[in-house]
Amino acid sequence: MALDTVAIAKANPDTTQPFAELGLKGDEYSRIKEILGRRPTSSELAMYSVMWSEHCSYKSSKVHLKQFGEKAVKTDALLVGIGENAGVVDVGQGYAVTFKIESHNHPSFIEPYQGAATGIGGIVRDILTMGARPIAVMDPLRFGPADAADTRRVLPGIIAGVGGYGNCLGLPNIGGEVVFDETYIGNPLVNALCVGVMKHSDIKLAKAAGAGNLVVLYGAKTGGDGIGGVSVLASETFDATGPAKRPAVQVGDPFVEKVLIECSLEIFAEDLVVGIQDLGGAGLSCATSELASGGSGGMKVELDRVPLRDATLSPEEILMSESQERMCAIVEPKHIARFLEICKKWDVTVTVIGEVTDGERLEITWHGELIVDVPPRTVAHEGPVYIRPLAKPEYVDRVNAEKVNVPRPETAAQIKETVLKLAATPNLADKSWVTSQYDRYVQGNTIQSQPDDSGMVRIDEKTNLGVAIATDANANWSYLNPYEGAKLALAEAARNIATAGAKPLAVTNCLNFGSPEDPGVMWQFAESVRGLADGCLEMGLPVTGGNVSFYNQTGAVAILPTPVIGVLGVIDDVRTRTPMSFDRAGLELYLLGDTEDHLAGSEWAYMHGQRGGKAPIADLQREMRLINLLVEGRTSEIFTAAHDLSQGGLSATLTEMVLRHSVGAIVDIENPGTVLISESPGRVVVAVDPSKVGALLAVASKEKITVTKIGVTGGSSLVINGADIPLTELRKAHTETFIKLFG
Amino acid sequence: MKVGVVTFPGTLDDRDAARAATHAGTTAVSLWHNDADLKGVDAVILPGGFSYGDYLRCGAISRFAPVMEKIIDAANGGMPLLGICNGFQVLCEAHLLPGALTRNHELHFLCRDQKLEITNNQTAWTTSYKVGQEIVIPLKNGEGSFQCDDATLAALEGEGRIIARYVGENPNGSRNKIAGITNERGNVVGLMPHPEHAIDPLTGPTADGLAFFTSVLNAMVK
Repeated sequence: MALDTVAIAKANPDTTQPFAELGLKGDEYSRIKEILGRRPTSSELAMYSVMWSEHCSYKSSKVHLKQFGEKAVKTDALLVGIGENAGVVDVGQGYAVTFKIESHNHPSFIEPYQGAATGIGGIVRDILTMGARPIAVMDPLRFGPADAADTRRVLPGIIAGVGGYGNCLGLPNIGGEVVFDETYIGNPLVNALCVGVMKHSDIKLAKAAGAGNLVVLYGAKTGGDGIGGVSVLASETFDATGPAKRPAVQVGDPFVEKVLIECSLEIFAEDLVVGIQDLGGAGLSCATSELASGGSGGMKVELDRVPLRDATLSPEEILMSESQERMCAIVEPKHIARFLEICKKWDVTVTVIGEVTDGERLEITWHGELIVDVPPRTVAHEGPVYIRPLAKPEYVDRVNAEKVNVPRPETAAQIKETVLKLAATPNLADKSWVTSQYDRYVQGNTIQSQPDDSGMVRIDEKTNLGVAIATDANANWSYLNPYEGAKLALAEAARNIATAGAKPLAVTNCLNFGSPEDPGVMWQFAESVRGLADGCLEMGLPVTGGNVSFYNQTGAVAILPTPVIGVLGVIDDVRTRTPMSFDRAGLELYLLGDTEDHLAGSEWAYMHGQRGGKAPIADLQREMRLINLLVEGRTSEIFTAAHDLSQGGLSATLTEMVLRHSVGAIVDIENPGTVLISESPGRVVVAVDPSKVGALLAVASKEKITVTKIGVTGGSSLVINGADIPLTELRKAHTETFIKLFG
Repeated sequence: MKVGVVTFPGTLDDRDAARAATHAGTTAVSLWHNDADLKGVDAVILPGGFSYGDYLRCGAISRFAPVMEKIIDAANGGMPLLGICNGFQVLCEAHLLPGALTRNHELHFLCRDQKLEITNNQTAWTTSYKVGQEIVIPLKNGEGSFQCDDATLAALEGEGRIIARYVGENPNGSRNKIAGITNERGNVVGLMPHPEHAIDPLTGPTADGLAFFTSVLNAMVK
């Protein structure tokens, strides 16, 4: 292809351009011509097409996401809000923490290992870009049925990819989710969360300020991988012909990223950059236009200076390449010598590719010829905005009217059978087969990881300050009622932080949905965002950022609406956390919270092929009182253990507690046909020493939380209403599922 | 006493190893792979990680790093040297220890709390343990299966140079459940599991690993 320059574009206004093939609609193409006052060059077209893709521009979701700002609580804890690479939260003692989740769903379906690996790589660079040292990752994952052939194809590769990349970076994996549902077949969800820590003064932003400052590209050389990955993959529904777009998936090298992290942190420590941006989706198109937009707008780039792995790449391909492990920094000329020296120490390829100008345009040349001349904000931030039609799908009222009809465990034999079945079902079974492929120890600060309710890492060895993070989604509830589903996921994530005694501080999210062009899906999305925004406002938690993944759909079948909510909490002394289980006999077990007959959307209903009924209505005031109780219980040293109830209800919670340290329990409950399997939100089981019962009752009374004694710890069985389930039998049921399926 | 901790590009557990050495009462000194300078340290730890991305073979490139030349000389002169995980792989590649670490027999990266039996407490790194003592420390690697020829195995067994074995199920297919070995002199030890991640029950499964680091302090004070 001959080089297309600005001069040629002006001289030949009528050249036919492949805007549709690049994913742009006719009116979007017209708008580009209007902005530029001429047709775009092929390089400009490439840039606009990737930056205006759904994945980069949030064009379908923007009008809804702005609620996170409008309904936001006023808080001093938020140091950097939505819009930057990741939000930053003040956690005290001069520390700031940044965290974010992103999706890498479509690439992981096509090439599971590399898709998942580069998902980790991308989110880690986002966190690094804020100036923070990445300190942990988590991975909420969703797959088709556990025994489906395609699940056997994608799951082992995705797990190995998450581990292969994260382990090589030296980042402990402290939690996540593995959930199976038939709607995820063909559309597995790979969400990756990273958390990083820095001092307040170290926060870095994506801005190119100061005319004469240098634009520096460092890290891996640019290759042909991932070209169009964003625009072609993340913004287009898979059709029935299945994966054929392998070259569009990026290939990662964690070693290069590890070196890039250490090199960058050394550069940050010497305060050598004015602004910084990682190269992720949309590569150089994104980095240059966002950096320029973040500053005064003017930037000149000599694209032919970009070091290449493949010398035959055209300028359009270089602009679109999503080669991994690259960063772009803005450096004052007086610091460039030291910057280059640090890169040399780490053997990191580094090239000055341009400079900041005092103009307002991003100008890119190729061997001296001007190929891009655009106002950068029109590329980065002023993309199209769609108010997509939305309509409540017909299924909602129909399924809400259904009655859940499942076997109720009443007799001892039925109770034992129910507990063993729930313990073994893939969604609730022991996930060690997965988590043993992840390093949870590296960095030496991991306090909690799977199977704890939340991940927890220490951030100061002297003061023992720490942070806890949990991610949750309940897609069954979101399917029945997306507004309440989002609120309930928020409440569950916050509760999972609080069971350990940490105080919830801030929220991130990864909103996974089907096609926004389907009004029903768009309604699910809008309701979920409204629910999350209302929930965050009510709970006083700011949303610090997030990610939207649309088009998780094969043909007409969309995934269940899956808003994954991440909550970050702080704990002033990690040594005093409340563990999830007990390691001795003689403790009393109490159920906190109220149990109703909430079987709609429950795991027990799902196991019996039922997806109908009404989701619970979130009571966030009660959730906040429960959180207060849990935090006070930790600081007053009331609890020996505390564990959340969620999928699988009391049965699953007791199973996990007794197996953790192989200490059994004797439990008596009224109405086991409901209480054992119901998934009523806002409940926690706590274990307390008999001497602490008075204190527990006093705090619960103050917070108006129902307390019910359900049993005592001890023995080598879980005994429920006389049904004796030996721990050996329970452990076998709980642990052999994954080994049989994937071992 | 000064303990050097080497950082190669791709090393991950260097800060953990330095923390463990400090907890044990020594002074940790950071050594850079490209510096042919041991900064006057009395002992050296090669920590875990994926040095040079484990390209070619684990440890195959690191053994040629400038710092390794000095370390090999010093070890041959009797300096205590501990290689953990990737560090063990480097020691084998450098021929300071025999054998090789190959892919785990189940072909997965494996992270778990591993029970070990200490079988030799006469090395520079194990004097604080009792022979027969069982400890639990993290095991985490993809290529931890110790392999060697029959003659080498017989020599290691016969000379008591196996310093720790896995207890219970063999986690990775290592010959004779070998978790760690030493050289003839007892100053160089390679260990696949990670004692530096078990110095405090708050962050590790136990504090059982700390004695590796107090051992070397005792060895030097004597």
